Order: sequence, then C-alpha cells, then structure tokens
Amino acid sequence: MKFLISMHINPAVLEALTEEEMAAIGAGHGRFMAGLKERGELITTQALVDPSQAVVVSVRDGQRVVTDGPFLEAKEYLGGFYFVDVEDKARAIELAAQIPDAAIEGLGIEVRQVMFADGVLEA
Amino acid sequence: MSAPGIEDLLRALMPQVLGALVRRFGQFEGCEDAVQEAGLAASVQWPVEGVPDNPRGWLMTVASRRLIDEVRSASARRGRESARVADVAPGEVPDTDDTLLLLFLCCHPALTAASQTALTLRAVGGLTTAEIARAFLVPEATMAARISRAKQRIRAAGGSFPAPAGPERLPVVLHVLYLIFNEGYTASSGSSLDRADLAVEAIRLARMVHAGLPEDGEVAGLLALMLLTHARRAARTTAGGDLVPLDEQDRTQWDRSLIVEGLELAKGALGAPELGPYQLQAAIAATHADAATAGETNWRQVYALYLILERIAPNPVVTLNRAVALAEVEGPAAGLALLAGLDGDERLAGHHRLWSVRAHLLEKAGDEAGAYSWYRRAARATASLAEQRYLEGRASRLRG
Repeated sequence: MKFLISMHINPAVLEALTEEEMAAIGAGHGRFMAGLKERGELITTQALVDPSQAVVVSVRDGQRVVTDGPFLEAKEYLGGFYFVDVEDKARAIELAAQIPDAAIEGLGIEVRQVMFADGVLEA
Repeated sequence: MSAPGIEDLLRALMPQVLGALVRRFGQFEGCEDAVQEAGLAASVQWPVEGVPDNPRGWLMTVASRRLIDEVRSASARRGRESARVADVAPGEVPDTDDTLLLLFLCCHPALTAASQTALTLRAVGGLTTAEIARAFLVPEATMAARISRAKQRIRAAGGSFPAPAGPERLPVVLHVLYLIFNEGYTASSGSSLDRADLAVEAIRLARMVHAGLPEDGEVAGLLALMLLTHARRAARTTAGGDLVPLDEQDRTQWDRSLIVEGLELAKGALGAPELGPYQLQAAIAATHADAATAGETNWRQVYALYLILERIAPNPVVTLNRAVALAEVEGPAAGLALLAGLDGDERLAGHHRLWSVRAHLLEKAGDEAGAYSWYRRAARATASLAEQRYLEGRASRLRG
C-alpha cells in the first residue's frame, strides 16, 4: 500500500531550535531514509523550499497573476514528504512516528493513503 | 524460435533450474543470482544462435558455472580454498521438478507478505525485477532492495528447502498467490496491461500447485476462485474504465472456457473431506457463474454458503457479503438489520464497503436520501479511484 507521509513544518518553530537540535533532525532523516531504502519501502522523498519562496499563480480574465506566496495564512506549511510503499496503514503510521519532526512540539506529520484502483474479489 | 517464445520457455525453465540448483547446493541467494545471470545470457544468445537442444541442461550448466565462479572468487577473497561447491561438476539435471519446493521456500514465514510476493514472482514466476516493480508501481531500486533483503533473510534463516515441503506452509503459499491475483485483478489503474499479467501469472502458479497437490481441496478451490473471477474480466469495466457491478455485467462477455474449467474444479473441491474458505468462495463464485442472468442467481444457495463461510472463517467482510445475499432472499430490511450489527466492529469501522452496501440496500428499500448520503460517505472513504467514480455515479443518479 502506498502512503504519502507529509511533514508540516512551522518556520518559527524551526528557527527557535538550537544548532545541535537542527543537526539531530538532519541526522535523523538520514538514518530514516537509509532504513527505508534498505527495506525496499521508499518510493521517493522530496523536500520543499521555505514557504517564503513560494509564489501563487492564478489566471483572471485570461491574465496570469503571480503574487508572493504562500497560499494560505497559516503557521504550518508543507515542508516535504516521503512517498512509501508499505505492508499496511499501521506500518505507515509506525514510520511517520520515526521521523524526527514528529517529536518536536508544534510540528506534525500527516499520513494519507494514495488513491489508486485496487479491487477486491467480488465473490 | 521467436523472442516471445524464448521468453516463455525461460520463464518455465528458470524456476526448475533454480530449484535443482538450490536442492544441490543449498544456498538460495547465490543460486538465484546465478540463475538470473544464466537467464540473461540465454535471452541474449538464443535469439541469435538458436535454442540449444537441451535448454534446461544449458541453463543448468551456465548457472552452475556462475555459482562456482562466484564461490571460488569469494573464497579466494577470503584467502582459502572453497570445498563443497567447487568440487561438484555441472552434471546432468535431475528429472524431479523442484519448482513447488521453490515456491514454498519463497513463502518463508520469516518474510513479510510483500517480500514473499516479490520473491515468488521473481524466483518462481521468472519475472525480472523491473517487471515486478512495474506491476506494483514502484521504482526498480525499491523492488530490488526488497528482493535482496528477502534473499538475505532466507539465507539467515537457514536458506534451503523446507523439509519436508511443509504442509503447514501451504496456507501461506495460497495466501501469497491470492495476493498476487488480487494485485492484478484491477483493470483500470495506470499501466493496466502489466497488472493483468499478474492475475495470469497467479493462475499459472496456482495451476502448478494444483498439479503438484491434486488432492488438496483448498488448492483446487483457490484455482477455481481465480478462474471464475478472471472469467469476468472483460465485463467488469466499461470501455472508459468504469466499474460494472456484478448484476449489471454483460454475461455473454464472460470467458466460457475459464468458467467451465472453474466450475469443474469448484465442484470437485466441494467433495473434499474438509471445507476451507477458498473452496466456499469458489462455490459462491460458481453459483454466480451458473446463472445465465443476474435475476436467475440462486441467492438462497449463496446465502447458505456465506453462512458456512462465516462459521469456519468468521470475518466482518463475510458477514457484510451475507447481508447482501440475505437482502436478495428476504428483502433489503433484513439485510440492513444484519448490517446494523456490524457498526460496532472496529475492523470495519469507517470502511467504505460497509457504507456502500448500506447505500445499496437503502436504495433498494426506496430510501433515496439515505442512500445518497451513504454513497457519498463511501466514496470519500475508498482508496480506489474506480470505486470512487462508481459510488459518486450511484449518488448522482439518485440526485438526478
């Protein structure tokens, strides 16, 4: 089963971390990725730039309008994601809990199954 | 011989060669690598030079040499001479077919179901890692890591054939084949062709197990279930990829030859001394296959079979299916009453199947508003795109 494990970051929370804490997060992600690869659970992972670098594009009356992002007035933004193929939802949740961000107050990890056509026997 | 002919030949021969090699040398991981290399060499050489007179012997010789080379160089690295393997000259291939043993080895209980599936498809199915990765819609590196880890675990667990070919492992083998079949059952997602091949491969492997264990009722039952289900493939979706429910399928599109074979097997399987869940599911599929139109379905029989299935393998999904059959026999109110008892079952809580069955029965009972809202809820809860489209379609039909 495929799951998107997305990391919702809060830039203010991240800025408040010490350098050691930031380094620990980086190392934690490194170990996490190595484990996923070794077990054959990783499909891909992508990190996104800071939300302040985002732009919002819309088309109004045929005219392209580009404004500074981010799109939402929110404290938490999508920071990146892991795309994994695992045995079941329980395993995806277990993995999400291993991501260092999950242990930081103010940050959260979302787990959602990827939608694709998987039938079951009708009999 | 043409290249596709060679591919089929290799797919049939490679598991036999691997089985023979593992029986002889007992180290699955090294043997598997050697056979893969021999298969690769054959797929390059045979189309150009022609298929050798004894292709199985050819593969056996090449794979044995690779294995011996590998063992020699490994032992050279360790600075000492190897003993056992290097002394065995590649001789005649034994006549016994070890493919079934190989299948049991790949379904080693130390592996996760995903790894058992991947390893089975590669070692017994003769599929390449790239083909398996494509079928499961994951990157090749991901599948390669899974397979190599599975091989390591088998090695760590003592890596040779289960002795004897452990009947206690048969349920695991059947479950893995069932998973492979289900993975390939869907017609409408992504590269559908590759996934359809998985169902065909699962049937091929199930036939093989049945040939090896013709007396086992559950093996026959599983094969029958696959054949009867696969027979409906053409009728299960519209040209646009939308799901067509069983009662609306054009039964003239069902594959008669698969149905005839499936019915025969299902009938035979029901005569077994002990009934298992696959035999009963096959019997249910056979009852559907027996009806020329949906209206002629013997729902009393379907209901009775679900009742027995529920007794021997209790499971809320079985109860759910029994509710559908009950609604056909006694009307939607009886079915809905049975569903009500499932609300408290946490294995089904929030499950779209429960909600979509409830929506169906409410629609049958004439409660359009209720049906509409349960169809919508079910549509939001499913992870299948085709099913979501179908459920949204039912809902909007009620609104329209």
